[in-house]
Amino acid sequence: MAPRIPLQSPLQHSDTVATAGGVDHHPSQPTGWRRWLLTTNHKEIGTLYLIFSLSMFFVGGIFALVVRAELFQPGLQLVEPEFFNQMTTMHGLIMVFAAVMPAFTGLANWMIPLQIGAPDMALPRLNNFSFWLLPVAFTLLLSTLLMPGGGPNFGWTFYAPLSTTYAPASTTFFILALHIAGISSILGAINIIATILNMRAPGMRLMDMPLFVWTWLITAFLLIAVMPVLAGVITMMLMDINFGTSFFDAGGGGDPVLFQHLFWFFGHPEVYIMILPAFGIVSAIIPTFARKPLFGYASMVYATAAIALLSFLVWAHHMFVVGLPLVAELFFMYSTMLIAVPTGVKVFNWVTTLFRGSISFESPMLFALAFVVLFTIGGFSGLMLAIAPADFQYHDTYFVVAHFHYVLVPGAIFAIMAGVYYWLPKWTGHYPNETLAKWHFWFSVIGVNLTFFPMHFAGLAGMPRRIPDYALQFADFNLVSSIGAFFFGASQLLFVLVIILCVRGGKPAPAKAWEGAVDLEWTVPSPAPLHTFETPPVFRQIEK
Amino acid sequence: MSGGSYYVPAKSYWPILGSLATGFMMVGLGAQLVYGSANVLILIGVIAVVAVMAFWFRDVINESHQGLYDSQMDRSFRWGMGWFIFSEVMFFAAFFGALFYVRMFAIPWLGGEGAKGVSALLWPNFIAEWPLLSPPDASVSGPDNVFSPWQLPLVNTLLLVTSSITLTIAHEALKAEKRRVCRNWLAGTVILGCCFIFIQGVEYYEAYQHYGITLEAGIFGSTFFILTGFHGVHVIIGTLILMVMLARIIRGHFSDTGHFGFEASCWYWHFVDVVWLGLFIFVYVV
Repeated sequence: MAPRIPLQSPLQHSDTVATAGGVDHHPSQPTGWRRWLLTTNHKEIGTLYLIFSLSMFFVGGIFALVVRAELFQPGLQLVEPEFFNQMTTMHGLIMVFAAVMPAFTGLANWMIPLQIGAPDMALPRLNNFSFWLLPVAFTLLLSTLLMPGGGPNFGWTFYAPLSTTYAPASTTFFILALHIAGISSILGAINIIATILNMRAPGMRLMDMPLFVWTWLITAFLLIAVMPVLAGVITMMLMDINFGTSFFDAGGGGDPVLFQHLFWFFGHPEVYIMILPAFGIVSAIIPTFARKPLFGYASMVYATAAIALLSFLVWAHHMFVVGLPLVAELFFMYSTMLIAVPTGVKVFNWVTTLFRGSISFESPMLFALAFVVLFTIGGFSGLMLAIAPADFQYHDTYFVVAHFHYVLVPGAIFAIMAGVYYWLPKWTGHYPNETLAKWHFWFSVIGVNLTFFPMHFAGLAGMPRRIPDYALQFADFNLVSSIGAFFFGASQLLFVLVIILCVRGGKPAPAKAWEGAVDLEWTVPSPAPLHTFETPPVFRQIEK
Repeated sequence: MSGGSYYVPAKSYWPILGSLATGFMMVGLGAQLVYGSANVLILIGVIAVVAVMAFWFRDVINESHQGLYDSQMDRSFRWGMGWFIFSEVMFFAAFFGALFYVRMFAIPWLGGEGAKGVSALLWPNFIAEWPLLSPPDASVSGPDNVFSPWQLPLVNTLLLVTSSITLTIAHEALKAEKRRVCRNWLAGTVILGCCFIFIQGVEYYEAYQHYGITLEAGIFGSTFFILTGFHGVHVIIGTLILMVMLARIIRGHFSDTGHFGFEASCWYWHFVDVVWLGLFIFVYVV
């Protein structure tokens, strides 16, 4: 990808507009709390998403630490098994729907208009609606923990009939909360697609877009395709619980396995919804700090699209032991393995971008490099799980837990942190404190591996997941995991510290905060003024 | 591509109020289902949601009349509505998928077919058939009978297909600046929509009173009501939207070239029509 330079400097527009008091579009900006409640500005809404996500990251993290504290040694010490189940469930739900997804949406809000030279998102009011549905949804979801009978206790995958016939009364509220979160995701995705397809600066073709924009375009498509399926399946649950229908009840002619098919038809694309934007972030950071154009831009785009399309054809690999017909086992095994091909293309491209680059190791780059290595470990364990006969052994063990935490924590979350460190200078006008950021990085890497690597061994040796007690031979692995989890959790306080310090001050950042950065966001001042690109920049691609 | 005149509203109360109204409605619904006696909460929530939508759309219409929107804004609305309808397609796809799965796999397997025939040990006398009149477990009583597709469902099909045609005539009339013609055909479309809703109501009454098709009547009742029910809700919403469009036509809104609100309503109505054709074939006929 050749560097991109706008013909006219867009910061001129922003400055002139700011001094002119703004055109009639935005007369008086509300101040105080009203500024945040009523805003239609993509940067403010992006900030809201990111703060919400970070708060929920700690809420979900505390739930995880309750789980790890109970599993510190064998036997039941701290919590009742019933509460343990609620903690595993809520940890998963909060991390997936309230931490990782809103973080990526927040980054999309902040960066997509800046990266494509748009004045704002295509539908600014809808954007604010999408955000404010989230606090409503997750207040309702968290409140189920306080309801009679307790909160959801059936795992974040809420398989029927555990979540229907045998579920606590609060499940109805859980369903309605998830409906609100789903509406938020769908509306947010519609907005992102409309923005990318309609708001690009003159001259920017689709194949000129930064990869973060490309990956989000494809992610938004996945969201619009599968969130309604989730809405459908939880509606069927609602009906089974409250209106006596038989969707997931074999006695009435339905089938509990139908739930799993519908859930994973949503759930597997959902996994890629949480990783494709991460690919985009890493594809921005690695070329910047290797000071080389990304190797294989077009193949990255095609690989992303291929992963997205394949994600609709692999869902039943989560269900190998449910009793599928042999032909289904084979089909889903091979289609799953096929995903390794485009994913391999991506890893190859990142490594090749690094090859003979002039690399420096600032904190965004450290997180991005750790992403490539550790996500690949998660990818390999995924390949092992894809082998249907082997999965019969791994299924529902800690090996699965290790696998998806490797792709989600040092995968999705490390990429989010990399993106935050990368773009903080643009958001705040200051560089984050590099020393503290490096401590945060190394503590996180050590913590993550300490927590999740032993789970591979515990799982291969047969330790089942979602159980509050375990056999004695797993004691050492669990002790290490629990120590690692608390270490990782505590080191995230450093992350908060770095962000707060960076907002309050620090080394001032120029418009182009990183030497090797090429995308349009680095042409506006740091911090980016509230309104940018009100007159669109003319985009021109410079050939090598 | 952006021409530099893209309208970005400064601030709005409707998103935050809409979120709170949605939350209110959902809490009310949950409280009603779990604890009973929260009808008032639901009512307030629904009224609040509708009110917010009305005020929000009023703002958009006013901004449009003030000439704040350019052709790029028009394209944003088009992409937005198009992808919204795609999300609706996927919503119905989940229910159709459930229907197909049950008919193709779950019921034959319950009847002992294939390697999963073990369920025959639980319910040895179960006979796999569709429509499923006798569910496997004796505690679930199936429907007594099912509807003939060639009576009310056929009438409804003709009504909806006709309404799509009348709506297209109204749209073409609007494009040709024949506003009276547009108004009359649009009014006809609304009437056809109302007739459909009425007939669907009669069918539901018949289902409960004479056919034994209820929500509790096993998987046939479940799939029947979730598919026709959500479709019916969409027809009601679509009819309300068309009524609003009729009122706007009478008030002199829309021009021969600028009428995306009208066009989006047409898209929605045609989508609802297509879903019905799927329903007619797979729920009633086949």
